[in-house]
Amino acid sequence: MSAEVSPKIVIVDENPIRAAILEEGLRDAGFTAVEHIREMHNLLARIYALDPDVIVIDLENPSRDVLEQMFQVSRAVRRPIAMFVDQSDTDSIRASVDAGVSAYIVDGLKKERLKSILDLCISRFNAFAKLQDELDRTKSALEDRKAIDRAKGILMKLKGLNEDEAYVLLRSTAMREKKKIGEIAQSIITAAELLK
Amino acid sequence: MTGQPLHVGFIPLVDAAALIVAVDKGFTAAEGLDVTLVREVSWSNVRDKLNIGLFDAAHLLAPVAIASSLGLGHVKVPIVASFNLGLNGNAITVSPALHAALLAEIDGDPFDPMVTALALARVVASRKKHGAEPLTFGMTFPFSTHNYQLRFWMAAGGVDPDEDVRLVVLPPPYMVNSLASGHVDAFCVGAPWNSVAVDHGVGHILHFVSDILVRAAEKVLATRRDWSERNPQILAALIRAHQRAATFIEDPDNRAEAAAILARPERVGVAAEVIQRTLDGRLKISPDGTMRESGRYLLVGREGAGRPDPRQAAWLYAQMVRWGQASLSPEALATAKAVFRPDLYNAALQIDPAAAAELPEAIGAFAGSPFDADDIEGHLASFKIMRHKA
Repeated sequence: MSAEVSPKIVIVDENPIRAAILEEGLRDAGFTAVEHIREMHNLLARIYALDPDVIVIDLENPSRDVLEQMFQVSRAVRRPIAMFVDQSDTDSIRASVDAGVSAYIVDGLKKERLKSILDLCISRFNAFAKLQDELDRTKSALEDRKAIDRAKGILMKLKGLNEDEAYVLLRSTAMREKKKIGEIAQSIITAAELLK
Repeated sequence: MTGQPLHVGFIPLVDAAALIVAVDKGFTAAEGLDVTLVREVSWSNVRDKLNIGLFDAAHLLAPVAIASSLGLGHVKVPIVASFNLGLNGNAITVSPALHAALLAEIDGDPFDPMVTALALARVVASRKKHGAEPLTFGMTFPFSTHNYQLRFWMAAGGVDPDEDVRLVVLPPPYMVNSLASGHVDAFCVGAPWNSVAVDHGVGHILHFVSDILVRAAEKVLATRRDWSERNPQILAALIRAHQRAATFIEDPDNRAEAAAILARPERVGVAAEVIQRTLDGRLKISPDGTMRESGRYLLVGREGAGRPDPRQAAWLYAQMVRWGQASLSPEALATAKAVFRPDLYNAALQIDPAAAAELPEAIGAFAGSPFDADDIEGHLASFKIMRHKA
């Protein structure tokens, strides 16, 4: 970083993992003054107390509307705050909305510096979404695995099959019905429970 | 047959009824539209997603449609409102403590907003004298009917909304908790949140906004102007489906079904019984079970509520001017009025504009001079408290 003082960035996010990922990214890029607000109660008072140059908020957060109040002319505001992007920059808005993040700035910060902060936020939010997606898939694969094992057990017991035969039956049924093997396993479990 | 795919954003509130019923009863499908409803958590999200084209249309606060067209508070994107989703529908709810303080000061009919506004002024003065914290009022957005209705009401009694009390933005789902925790002393919000506060015993409904204004445009079906010009047939189909839904909702025989549709977790997600109270205009206003009935609580389609009225847009613009959010100019007034498009509504429903006589009183406010959409300056001159400098 240059000799310029690092702008103070406040992250408003109820998700601590995503906030940590973002904070780390900002610090790696040389933005050392980063604070995280996780509690939405009295949000404006918290923000005013920190007096940030940039505010980053996730779009799943209903408190985004609270931040819009900062644009209003009011005694409570010490420094005017504006939307991060200017009129002409719809690509930036689109990219940030797609990523699920929005940023607000306080007047007086250089545009180039802001652009780099927003780009970083967008890439970190996208990285988090990808992580979340992988986690969800791993979880569901694990659940499928468990269901398949149980369904195999049921088939082995009821139809006198060995493990390989039970798996082949599951797989061929799934192919015939154009369903996932996990779904077939789950219906066998449900049926077995009903017939108990 | 697959229809025209459309993504439409909404906030879970009862005044999205015409939109939700239009989709869930298959009225949009019957018009050849394949609508995906997208539930949102903030008005900022709805506005931004409409602006950049992620939504083709949206359930939007009428003042946000105007602010967006004027470029106030955000990027300037011209919006048109071709169907008015509802008139009125908000209420002012106060904490039990503030309710008791107001009752002690009330001199007259407690449903008369001038009587309560004067009582509020006395409560505010007494708190000031005793060095108490200013009262805090919650509302939903800087450019919202709720903000303007609260301001209009209290200013009529001599309370300056910027100097004598605090007005804070709160997301509607947080209102009830904030009232219970004492974070706010009162709020103005749409259904179902006032009823939820009463049911939880943490609030009293002081006013239906129809006490303050006889007709107040609340939410609109909003589309980008450029999109509307490119897709006139699709927009007309959307308007027709909404009108059909509004008519369906207004038939008392259909209320229970409409309330059940809205109650679904992926829609408004509140008990059908609570939703039906607001559709029927029969509300429990106090935790002790006191009921109040009004034929004007929320109008979805009846009394010509569906047709956008440019005088309503002018009134909302006048509030932006009064409270310092906008400057007054003939160009801005013309832009604001042009957001509300009765011509698109009439054309879609094949209504002869000459036959659609205007109602004599467009606003019907309890204070100030009668509203003249062509003389904002003159109208504002009838108020003492304002931020606009003539």
